[in-house]
Order: sequence, then C-alpha cells, then structure tokens
Amino acid sequence: MFDSYQSNTLQYDPIKCINCGMCINVCPHAVFAPGDKKVEMVNYLDCMECGACQMNCPTGAITVESGVGCAYAMFYAALTGKDEPTCGSDEGGCC
Amino acid sequence: MSGTIFTFTTPPVNHTTNQLTLSDHRDHLLARLGINRSGYIVEPGLHLLGSPTPDSPVFVTANYTLSFDALRSSLDDNMNCYILVLDTKGINVWCAAGKGTFGTGELVNRINITGLADKVNHRVLILPQLGATGVSAHEVKKLTGFRVEYGPVRAADLPEYLKTHKATPGMRRVQFNMIERLVLFPVELVKLLPYLLVISVILYFTSGPLAAAGAAAAVLAGVLLFPLLLPFIPTKDFSSKGFILGGLVAMPFAFASYQYGIDTTQSLQITRAIAPMMVMPPVTAFLSLNFTGSTTFTSVTGVRKEISTYTRLMVLMFASGVVTLIILAILRITGW
Repeated sequence: MFDSYQSNTLQYDPIKCINCGMCINVCPHAVFAPGDKKVEMVNYLDCMECGACQMNCPTGAITVESGVGCAYAMFYAALTGKDEPTCGSDEGGCC
Repeated sequence: MSGTIFTFTTPPVNHTTNQLTLSDHRDHLLARLGINRSGYIVEPGLHLLGSPTPDSPVFVTANYTLSFDALRSSLDDNMNCYILVLDTKGINVWCAAGKGTFGTGELVNRINITGLADKVNHRVLILPQLGATGVSAHEVKKLTGFRVEYGPVRAADLPEYLKTHKATPGMRRVQFNMIERLVLFPVELVKLLPYLLVISVILYFTSGPLAAAGAAAAVLAGVLLFPLLLPFIPTKDFSSKGFILGGLVAMPFAFASYQYGIDTTQSLQITRAIAPMMVMPPVTAFLSLNFTGSTTFTSVTGVRKEISTYTRLMVLMFASGVVTLIILAILRITGW
C-alpha cells in the first residue's frame, strides 16, 4: 500500500557480464557494485530507470525500459492518445 | 602589388573563461524563475578556456547556459582546456540525455564538425556522468576512436576528480537535498500563477475570500511545502504524501468555513466544512504527483503505477468538491 516503487523494469544477466564496470560508473544510485568475476546488482529497488547502464553495457547484459518519468507527460499522453512528450518538446512539454 | 588578402579557413573559435559575470548571474536567476525559459542557449561547438594545447583535456557539456556555466566556473584558474558544447536545444545534460539529444549521434556529429581529432593529440573525452543516459561510450569509441570518460555527477567535484581521474562513490551519486528541491519552486509558481489568479478571483466572488485563499493554499502546499517536506511526509507514494499534506492544509479552512455564518442550519455548516476537505487535498496531491518529474529518483514504472492508482480518487474528490462549492455558491448568492 502507498508504495508504487516496489518493482521496476531493470534486468541484469550476469552470464553476459565481462566485469568492465561501466554500469557502476554511470549509475547515479549505486545499483551495481564490483564483484569478484561479475558485477553485482545490489540496490535493485533504487533503480530510477534512467537507462544509462543499458546504454553503456557493451555486451547487452542489462536491459531497462527507460523514460523521463514526468507525470505531466504521462497525463498528456493519456488524455490526448499521443506519445508522451519529452522535455523541451514544442507541444505539451513542461520543461 | 595587391593588398593583403584575408582568408578565413578555420571555423570560428569561441573563447570562454571560468569567471561568471554579473550578467551570467542575472541569466541564472531569470532561468530559475522560468522567464524566457528557452532563451538560455550557448553556441554549440568547440569553446576554448585559457590557452589549450593539443595535449589539453576536452570536456563535453550541453548548450544550456546553466550546464555550460556550471562546468566552466568549476574549473581551476590555471586550467587550459577545450569545452565541446553539444546542441541539446538549450536543455540541461540529464534531461537532454533522457531525450537523446545529448547523445551518441550528436556527440559523434559534433566531434566531426569541429575537427576535434586534428586539434588534440589524445583521444579522451570527459563527459558528465549524467550524460551517460544518452551516450553509449563503446559506440563513440567505435565510431570516432575517442574514449569516453565519465566524470562526476556534479561539476563542482571536477577539481577533485581531475587529480586521479577516479570518482569516489559520493561523486557518482545524485542527491536531492533541500536546496536542490527549493530552487525548483519559482519555476513551478510562475507557471501556475496565471491560472491560480483567475481561479482565486472567481472563487472570491462566488464563494468568498476564504475559498480564494484556500485555492492559493492548496497550490502553495503542492509546489512549495511538498518539495520542502518531501522526505518527512509519511508513505512512499507522492500522491498519498500529497493527500496527507493537502488534508492538513485544508483543515483550518474546514474549521473556518464551519464557523462562518454560524446562524444557519448545522447541515449547511457541515457541508461548508466538507467542501475544502474535498477540493484542496486532490489539488495538492496532483501537484505532488507531478513533482516526480523533477526528482532524481522516481522511476517511470512507479509513476505510471501511481497515476493508475490515484487519478480516479483525485478526479472524484475534486469533482464532488466543486459540485459542493457550486451548490453552496448558489445558496449564498440567492441569500440562503
């Protein structure tokens, strides 16, 4: 109850991990931490789905459905049936 | 003998400094107030700070004045470097990266346009960490030969970072402290003020000064009190936090409305007291939910779930509250 943030779309496949550590560098919420042979996902619930890890994982070991997460944009999309506008858009954008 | 012929073969070069002028500070203030919001644009391309040599470092940033100024003003006085400004349409690094304009494509494009590879001996670019949402380091390497190095989240940490080129865990984490939350307030208020004025004037004449003040209180609770008290309001969801806060703010209005016109029937008094409790909390809750777009930690999945959980309740409460207000206004105007 009253917690909509108990799950997210972040998925990590350690089998593909080559331990380059890029995900540790780019994550703003310390979701990943160094491990012995593979990076470890240690703070799954802190993920805000920004998508930086997926973008910078050279082996595709991480997937996440990223988005700006702007409620205005989602209301706009829900009301007009159009795609969610992103920041700086000409129409319906808030920021 | 003919006169001297001037030829310009090199693209224009922009010089910059690490000093912020009075007019820079004025721009920052106006940007924070949301005045002429899309007007704080830096020219995309290569900017020279100090007197860089081919061995000098290259920093990459967005062409939003606040991003560019945060970078250059954080660099030491004896720094000589290149600043590669990407065309992000005047949007800051993180938002532009989320949209993809601060992205692999624009970075590769800007490296090529500026002829950066001929200007420097090395192949390293220092990017702000938050740019990583739009930039794929291994793609950039593959396409241009440049290695992307993600610096700290905050430009202010750059001098410390540059000593070792290793970021501490603290430099890698975003924050959302009181000041970071408060600077967002003026933009929100300026955006809502025209609507609030119109609604308050209408309420003033239909329901009285108390209702007009109630509208202002509900909005201020959403855009000022909520960001201020965010970590301290119980529950995790922004909507439920907003309902709690809006309910608390509405209570004095309910009490005052109950007292107002004490000579009428008790059922009318109770109806008057219920109206602010119906109208104000959903307004505050809605504004609170919208604040998720400004935070540094809410996920799209969570916000989407909040919207599906709370929208119906917000609309229902607000609509029945407005109907109550209309009935009360009719009774008031007809002299009941």
